[in-house]
Amino acid sequence: MSEDNKKPEPKGAIGRFLASPPDSVGKTLFTAVSVCLVASMVVSAAAVALRPTQAVNALKDKQVNILQVAGIFDPQKDVLESFAAFEPRVLELATGKFTDQFDAATFDDRAAADDPATSVALDDDPAGIVRQGKFVTVYLLRDDAGGVDKVIMPLHGYGLWSTLYGFIAVEENGNDIFGLQFYEHAETPGLGAEVDNPRWKAQWAGKALRDDAGVLKINVAKSVSSAGPDHHIDALAGATLTSNGVDNLVRFWMGEEGYAPFLENLKAGGV
Amino acid sequence: MPQTRRDMLIDPMVDNNPITLQVLGICSALAVTSSLQVALVMSIAVTFVTAFSSMFISMMRNHIPGSIRIIVQMVVIASLVILVDQILKAYAFEISKTLSVFVGLIITNCIVMGRAEAFAMKNPPVDSFIDGVGNGLGYGLILMMVGVIRELFGSGSLFGVTILETVNNGGWYVPNGLLLLPPSAFFIIGLIIWGFRAWKPDQVEEREYKIQTVEAH
Repeated sequence: MSEDNKKPEPKGAIGRFLASPPDSVGKTLFTAVSVCLVASMVVSAAAVALRPTQAVNALKDKQVNILQVAGIFDPQKDVLESFAAFEPRVLELATGKFTDQFDAATFDDRAAADDPATSVALDDDPAGIVRQGKFVTVYLLRDDAGGVDKVIMPLHGYGLWSTLYGFIAVEENGNDIFGLQFYEHAETPGLGAEVDNPRWKAQWAGKALRDDAGVLKINVAKSVSSAGPDHHIDALAGATLTSNGVDNLVRFWMGEEGYAPFLENLKAGGV
Repeated sequence: MPQTRRDMLIDPMVDNNPITLQVLGICSALAVTSSLQVALVMSIAVTFVTAFSSMFISMMRNHIPGSIRIIVQMVVIASLVILVDQILKAYAFEISKTLSVFVGLIITNCIVMGRAEAFAMKNPPVDSFIDGVGNGLGYGLILMMVGVIRELFGSGSLFGVTILETVNNGGWYVPNGLLLLPPSAFFIIGLIIWGFRAWKPDQVEEREYKIQTVEAH
């Protein structure tokens, strides 16, 4: 970019232009445009070239999160090896039954949620997700006797800045929460991003989704509602909109349009 | 002003350290020094960005119009930072999650911008590159010093390897929780600055005021 410095006499139109004082309008525009062009090409080339490696990392991170939410993550062990403890199944949300239409190992929830053939546009959309896939991948963790011990279900919804993607682990009775964890979001560090704080996440363990009458009562709020402490999660201080988002998305996914039919089946022992 | 290239590399370590003498880049020094591994990656990232941004800006320095020079510098710095962020996401995913926004905030690290504006705009590319490496290493040196103290006494380990067995793990060492919190880096950097200035008294700034003596009547 600075070769022309060495030339004693600028030659031709380009040479004269490059040798002209940098503060002229033409030169200013030229510099601005060319710097932006070069910089954007470098950045996009890097983004495109590194995407496959990043995707592998993201998948591994997702598996680690599934292991963590199920409480069986062991940093000493290989992720793939530990992950083999799960039985991934593709679930049809409307019926709450597993389907063998798709291969659970390769089924892509997010792509399915974008495809009109496998998703529905939501009219009533409290979680802010626009389209909901008809099928999702859930992960079953079986106990030694072969019965279901825990179910790990993906959920997502809009917080303040971003869509939060996470997993909820529910016990075999289809009502008691074992844990909730988000693996991808872009909420404010120190405020909304405290959804990752282990002390906040620990609150979810042992809470019940529904009361004895089967009404969905789980609630993220600043104070304990009439439903009582069994269904109450303390909202995050300074992150009202993120907390509301989490409340909405958990209630949406645990509700009739989400996993309710499946949780019914689970409770009835039909899984 | 350093004269030889060797001086350009060595000078920012102690004599003209960006953190202790110029007191720049403190924010990220607070945020990333609670574990040595993260501090090391941050140091490498800042060294990379400072060196290459200085070099590219120096290459263009005769063509950068004065009216938009800061914006041009920012475009170069920001592109390099995004590059670093993408590389970390691909090859050091865990660390990039821990560093989260702080990689992006290298853009606002005063050291990078300061070297571009103060050095690279007036000096040839190779010198600017060396100056950038030197300043990045000077930043890294302090980060590592703070990191060693914070990780060793805050969590009883270095680079994640346990040195002092903590009570929680059945050992004897009661970790100092303050050292894991960002403010502790302020204290440590303050002590390091004190140490440097006691060792090299010419780094001490002149007072901007003078205590007046009042004659008693």
